[in-house]
Amino acid sequence: MAGTAPKAGKEGGTGYRGIVGPLLLPTWVMVGVFMVIPVLLMAVYSFLTKEFRGGVIWDFTLAAYDQFFLSRGLFGDEPPRIEWTYISIFWRSIWQAALATLVCLIVGFPTAWFIATRPARSRAVWLFLITVPYWVNLLIRTVSLKFLIRDNGPLNESLMSIGLIDGPLPLVNTNLAVQLGLFYSYLPFMVLPIYAAVERYNFALSEAAADLYASRWVTLWEIVLPIVKPGIIAGCILVFVPSLGAFLAPDLLGGAKTFMIGSLIDEQFRGSQGNWPFGAAAAMILMTLVMIVLLAYARAQAKSEAR
Amino acid sequence: MSTAIDIRNVVKRYGLTTALHGISLTIADNEFFTLLGPSGCGKTTLLRCIAGFEDVSEGDIQLFGQNIAGLEPNQRPVNTVFQQYALFPHMSVVDNVAFGLKMKGVGPEDRRRRAGKMLEMVHLSAFADRMPAQLSGGQQQRVALARALAPEPKVLLLDEPLSALDLKLRQAMRVELKSLQEETGITFIFVTHDQEEALTMSDRIAVMSQGHVQQVGTARDIYEAPVNRFVADFIGETNLLDVTVESVSGGQARVILPGGHVILCPTTGDGLGRHLVSIRPERLSIVADGDLDVLVERVVYLGTDLQLLTRLPGGEEFHVRLQNSARTQPPAPGNRVSLHLEEGAARLLSD
Amino acid sequence: MKGVRHYPGFLAMAVGCLVILYAPLIVVTIYSFNDSASITTWGGFSWRWYADVFTGPEAPRFKAAAWNSITIAMLAATTATAIAIAAAVAMVRGGRFRGKSATFALINLPLMVPEIVTAVACLIFFSTIGLTTGYMTILIAHITFCIPFAYLPIAARLTGIEDVYEQAARDLYATRAQAFRLILLPLMLPGILSGFLLAFIISLDDFIITNFVKGAGMETLPTAIFGSVKQGIKPNIMAISTMMLAVSVLFVTLSYLANRIGQRTRS
Repeated sequence: MAGTAPKAGKEGGTGYRGIVGPLLLPTWVMVGVFMVIPVLLMAVYSFLTKEFRGGVIWDFTLAAYDQFFLSRGLFGDEPPRIEWTYISIFWRSIWQAALATLVCLIVGFPTAWFIATRPARSRAVWLFLITVPYWVNLLIRTVSLKFLIRDNGPLNESLMSIGLIDGPLPLVNTNLAVQLGLFYSYLPFMVLPIYAAVERYNFALSEAAADLYASRWVTLWEIVLPIVKPGIIAGCILVFVPSLGAFLAPDLLGGAKTFMIGSLIDEQFRGSQGNWPFGAAAAMILMTLVMIVLLAYARAQAKSEAR
Repeated sequence: MSTAIDIRNVVKRYGLTTALHGISLTIADNEFFTLLGPSGCGKTTLLRCIAGFEDVSEGDIQLFGQNIAGLEPNQRPVNTVFQQYALFPHMSVVDNVAFGLKMKGVGPEDRRRRAGKMLEMVHLSAFADRMPAQLSGGQQQRVALARALAPEPKVLLLDEPLSALDLKLRQAMRVELKSLQEETGITFIFVTHDQEEALTMSDRIAVMSQGHVQQVGTARDIYEAPVNRFVADFIGETNLLDVTVESVSGGQARVILPGGHVILCPTTGDGLGRHLVSIRPERLSIVADGDLDVLVERVVYLGTDLQLLTRLPGGEEFHVRLQNSARTQPPAPGNRVSLHLEEGAARLLSD
Repeated sequence: MKGVRHYPGFLAMAVGCLVILYAPLIVVTIYSFNDSASITTWGGFSWRWYADVFTGPEAPRFKAAAWNSITIAMLAATTATAIAIAAAVAMVRGGRFRGKSATFALINLPLMVPEIVTAVACLIFFSTIGLTTGYMTILIAHITFCIPFAYLPIAARLTGIEDVYEQAARDLYATRAQAFRLILLPLMLPGILSGFLLAFIISLDDFIITNFVKGAGMETLPTAIFGSVKQGIKPNIMAISTMMLAVSVLFVTLSYLANRIGQRTRS
């Protein structure tokens, strides 16, 4: 073809092919040395023996994983049983993250749809308003939320003053507060990819469906959702993954009952009570979970592209 | 006349596919030379090899006797007018035009003066300080032309520069391009898939297909004397018929058309047997007793012309064009008419 | 008939979203101007907590933390942007090469690994090689995880720039370096600006990784605020939050404008 001859040789004359190596060297060095090697080292640490004041002794052992999954009694003399403490923390975290993802989706999809169907001018304003919180410090947002929903915070005060409730709603330190925190932290991550998908959606398809006697909601279910699914899945991943390893929302808004993976790992590296190999093992397990999700996503993506 | 560009056995491969199969062309200085062919024929690839955006896999390209293989695009004294113009969107019109001069180290004042002169030449002096996005397509086209001509290249390469313009503008630009080439005396190498563009402007045309040069010649050569089926079919409208050559004598072949008519064709070879003949539809006229009889099936009104869709006695489709004048009395469909072949209307092809 | 774009209730959802996203921020902003030392009752408008941030007992701590945060964000964003520009040019303009998809995965790795895992890995790495935790370790970690954030907008922009402009420049006697400096760099600028701003904000925002690799006695604004908040939310924290909020809004606006300019110069 005249305009789109295959690019090769001088790759279209811009002349960067010969210097790809030098251009990428800084990236390889930075990410390789300060990301890949640390993660590999962390994997090694998870098989080391803990030292009591933090740190490790270079003796290889499965103790960290053993401690995570199995219980051998107080003195290690009983037959091993499954230890539920940590598994249930992980399970609760997964459940919390999944729930947060679902709530974000239920609220985020209509919002994204609504924004994408505005005229260009007001769409820009809506998009701007949705993105601003994404740029605001997560810690500050979480602290603000905590301030708002505290027992004697503005929300409870105003609800009581208008007589809707008698005493303050106990929100802080509950699962609900953590949920709210996760939802609040990651909602923009759900809205933006769905918005991008809806914006590319050809509304003539909806018109065609309506023309062929499909109702509004049937059209949404049968036509729109399958087509914008990639955006929805991307949004779910972007909410689920950070929610799973979240630290601030559970730590600031939750209590002992809402302990999540992030806090469990964090605790292992604090002061003399810490257990580095165990923290490393927990981090490895978390990373494995996330990688499974991402790989499944990548495979589904590749599959849908192959079609 | 000296040689501007000498292309010798140029082969261009992309991995397993071959885009150019040993192209050899000699382009004279001062010539308006056109590479004509359908999409994917390799014409743009060849142009990009000359410009230096692609390396040739084999063979070499000489520019006024100097081998330019291995030279970077910026080291070659050729400039390109790109298909979508490629005006730098962040620079004003005059800065665009002066860019090449700046890169060649021309001082700011000289640069501005010469850019101004170039803009004058393309009638855009008033637009010097505009940004490219503020110009119409035709104006952008002329800026691209001024920009490529400003550094006074030895050869100007034009990659389908008119394809983005509408018909009226395209026709006006053809005239302008041709006179610009004559004025500047620069060799133009023009790439297009539009045969009308090629025929109206070029001194010589190379017809390309599937990475091969099929024929090189003047507009008249390739139209009147196509060497093969591809050229005959691609340039203009034609009737291609499978024929049998019965005998050859004195440069004239006796050719039997499908359906039994016998006509005489000029030929340079002496091969008998199955051949292909091309008969231009406009080189035919309706007469009382002509060379062949056809059955008229449909008459199409084209404005300047009338097109008759007819069939030979053998059943083959056969097109005839008649000029639409007050005297033309088109035959009614269903009638048989007799056609006269003008001198040179039929051409024997090599394949 | 309201057309196929309309779904009842979607407007309410969108408005609800905005309310949930903004209510806490607005409330904190209002209360940062509360004259009362008690954070629950309104005591009239006052700048006193802003004054307290700059002159109060915690002022030196916050000032030092702010200085660390800003200089680290500046250095990390600049370095990450420079690295990302080179990477984007190689990835977008470098044609096909071996290890391209591996490199792409490498660039995006910091986005895929949960922050807390990166934090743990960095802490273990720095402690193993014996690098004293502090300013340097924070900076290195920030540069690394800022790379993908700087890379994505830059690469997106670069992908949108046809290579024909550089070819035209090369054709007009520009060297590769000149074509980069005079044509590609100005055309990439909106993407570079977006990437830089994003990296800057991400660095400024980071808490988890910083908290792991900062070492004792070293604070950035988020870690200082976190430490403070652990003892309860005080009005001066709200004043700091409001100021950071203002900085964030300023940044989004800048990034938004950069995009607008970008769209204008796209031909």
